[in-house]
Amino acid sequence: MTFVDLKAVSLTYRLGKETTLALADATMDIGEGEFVAVVGPSGCGKSTIMKLVTGLLPATSGVVTVAGKRVTRPIKGVGMAFQNPTLMPWRTTIDNVLLPMEIVEPHKRRFRRHRAEYVAKAMALLKTVGLSDFADKYPWQLSGGMQQRSNLCRALIHEPALLMLDEPFGALDAFTREELWGVMQALWLEKRFTGVLVTHDLREAVYLADTVYVMSRRPGRIVMARTIDLPRPRTLASTFEPAFVDIVHELRDRIHQEHAA
Amino acid sequence: MTDRTRRIVTLAMPWMAMAVFLIVWELACIVFALPEIILPRPTKVFAVFVQRIDILLAFCWDTLWTTVLGFAIAIVGGVVLGVLIGASPLIYAGLYPLLIAFNAVPKVAIVPILMIWVGVGALPAVITACVISFFPIVVNVATGLATIEPEMIDVLKSLGASRLQILRKVGIPRAMPYLFASLKVAITLAFIGSVISETVGGNRGIGFLMLSAGARNDAPTTFAGLFAIAIMGVAMYAVCVLVEKRMTRWAFRGQLVS
Repeated sequence: MTFVDLKAVSLTYRLGKETTLALADATMDIGEGEFVAVVGPSGCGKSTIMKLVTGLLPATSGVVTVAGKRVTRPIKGVGMAFQNPTLMPWRTTIDNVLLPMEIVEPHKRRFRRHRAEYVAKAMALLKTVGLSDFADKYPWQLSGGMQQRSNLCRALIHEPALLMLDEPFGALDAFTREELWGVMQALWLEKRFTGVLVTHDLREAVYLADTVYVMSRRPGRIVMARTIDLPRPRTLASTFEPAFVDIVHELRDRIHQEHAA
Repeated sequence: MTDRTRRIVTLAMPWMAMAVFLIVWELACIVFALPEIILPRPTKVFAVFVQRIDILLAFCWDTLWTTVLGFAIAIVGGVVLGVLIGASPLIYAGLYPLLIAFNAVPKVAIVPILMIWVGVGALPAVITACVISFFPIVVNVATGLATIEPEMIDVLKSLGASRLQILRKVGIPRAMPYLFASLKVAITLAFIGSVISETVGGNRGIGFLMLSAGARNDAPTTFAGLFAIAIMGVAMYAVCVLVEKRMTRWAFRGQLVS
């Protein structure tokens, strides 16, 4: 079943008299519970797709539909995680993770009276990413990888139907990044939300996604949609298997064409 | 140097610097045989300080409460206006130029107007202290709000947060360190304001004491007043620093971790 639907969506940024076409004629069809990745050369409008789907930016032309409803303004209850963990330095890890509960209904109404229940839920989530012992620490007491784990927990605590990830592992070292792929996959296998991951790491895209969309240079167009039918759960070992490597090469070749053009 | 002695020396440094300053001053007065009316020796100032402690304390108290009251009003008003300006680009566009124009007006010029309006006494001092310390508070609070990371706002918006919620959950806590940093600047400005007002048109307070002592060519008393203001200024500054550290511990993370 289609959950996120983009039909011929374009976006033009206007700055004074200058207009920049950031995204041209994008058509995507993301099924419910599907995990897709969007890859492409830098500056191709990958992040623009994130903003369009969540309604943070209105499309210049075309139609964005999420869960059967046309998106015209920011849709509610989406989980989001960026490269910058954007944790609040004045809150402990657990309080950061609980933030969505103070905003998203029906949790907001129940939050004060049922705080213990929500704390237990947040602790369970922190445990799955290995942060149980750091619940009462402040963000600056955590390493970059730990901050990004808390960030993922915050994006998922309210069990959003849609999770938007904008290069969330981009600023991490290679080991931590690969470890968090596993964490992300485990979370997805458990909760089966619809996920959109923007990245420029092709291995990351193939590891996590059901479908990888390749975008062209600016103005960004979707030039390829590659279904990844590798069995799950995928492991780091499987990223070195020929089937996996072949897909990565195929994607890389397509992006090189874009750079050459 | 061990850690312990280093710490003691660090703590003693400001006192030693002050002692050196006073000794040099004292010696200069003696060596160059400066007349007392031009520059009284610190020991003489101190003697006057002790001698006139009653009137000094009474006038200090006048200056202190007018300053603190004006400062308190400036905090309340400054936070409200700062939040409005920081949260709304429209209000910012409308009020900011006005605010800058207002800040550019020398505050000494408004004291005579205040005296026409409210007469001589404590009230002009309170108002002057308030208007002079208002500006840095407004600007800092507004800056704190206006510099929230856009990603943070995106996260909250896509959760469905209203503008008011974004303000409450992110804007206000984020603006706190900016507010407390501005208080340190603002409290010293508030003292300047109240003393200016007392000097131009007051009948009490340290400013008035200094002016009338000056009129009698009583330099040691004038200097005693100067010292009194300096002591109050440092004390209130220290209070602001203490409050700052208590209220926004998260912003001083480096010191907390170590």
